[in-house]
Amino acid sequence: MLAFNFFGATEGGLFDINATLPLMAIQVVALTYILNSLFFKPVGNVVEKREKFVSNNIIEAKNKLSEVKKLEAELLTQLQSARTEAQRIVSEAEDESDKLYKEALELANNEANASKEKARLEIESQTSAARDELSKQADDLSELIVNRLILEK
Amino acid sequence: MLTNFAALEVGQHLYWQIGNIRLHGQVFLTSWILLGALLVFISLGTKKMENDPKGLQNLLEFLWDYIRDLARTQIGEKVYRDWMPFIGTLFLFVFVSNWGGALIPWRLIKLPSGELGAPTADINTTIALALLVSLSYFYAGLSNKGWRYFEYYVHPTPIMLPFKILEDFTKPLSLSFRLFGNILADELVVGVLVFLVPLILPIPVMFLGLFTSAIQALIFATLAAYYIGEAVEEHH
Repeated sequence: MLAFNFFGATEGGLFDINATLPLMAIQVVALTYILNSLFFKPVGNVVEKREKFVSNNIIEAKNKLSEVKKLEAELLTQLQSARTEAQRIVSEAEDESDKLYKEALELANNEANASKEKARLEIESQTSAARDELSKQADDLSELIVNRLILEK
Repeated sequence: MLTNFAALEVGQHLYWQIGNIRLHGQVFLTSWILLGALLVFISLGTKKMENDPKGLQNLLEFLWDYIRDLARTQIGEKVYRDWMPFIGTLFLFVFVSNWGGALIPWRLIKLPSGELGAPTADINTTIALALLVSLSYFYAGLSNKGWRYFEYYVHPTPIMLPFKILEDFTKPLSLSFRLFGNILADELVVGVLVFLVPLILPIPVMFLGLFTSAIQALIFATLAAYYIGEAVEEHH
């Protein structure tokens, strides 16, 4: 085998290359296979299984989150429509009560007007009747006065 | 002084003779101890895997994630899975070797020749790793793109051809010598300082050594991943 002399040694030296080289190479190759089956494969399986588990969970969580957001939006629109519906109902009821109030007010006004008119007419008729009576009595009285004056003469 | 310096035993090895071949025993001894510890650690951490990680499993998952990020950013989304174990093994091997060499007081164990230390401070180990990286990126390129892999050599212009061919030699060379040089230099600096001033002074250098060790592991793994990524990249 190749051998350099170094530091004056008759045998060996720093660059003494011998069968250690191929045997060490074989040892490292064997170590590669041993470590592969003892370390890299089992640890890799566990780590990659966990990574897959985690990424699956993340994907699942993202899906759930988007679903939740969708539902939230749906609920929001429902809430919105319910709110407008309620508003509509409230304003309708307000209109209705307003209308009813106005109707009742008009009815009462009409009734009051009618009874007022009636009372006025009655007063008028009684007034005219009283005036007639008065003028008749005045006539009678004047006739009486005239007759007495005539008789005394 | 110089004779004492030699007490660091640079370039001395514990030779194992098996038939006709000779091995650096100390490299294998430390690598077996450290890799054994690594495997025990990993077995304990992966014994009871749960979906809700606790204790060691947490640490191992962090490590796995770190290596995956490294492989993914350098190699690309398409084929990083095939190469992640290789990149991770390189990272773990270099890291455990470097830190094991720096943290464990190997000097307390006397060997008949040479001394125990980081396996990555031996040129054989680093060249072995670098050659594996070279083979890997050739294999990655050829298996992913077939003969079109060689378009890379004339991309963007054919003028690049000699440089790209030269790169195939400089890549393993720089990979192996960078790691070897850094770790050996760290061991030497700490050794010399411990020898000269045994108290306190070597501590910051030791911390620097730990830092360098970690950085070198990251650099080696990142470059290996980058070379593989370069080989499988599609040019348009």
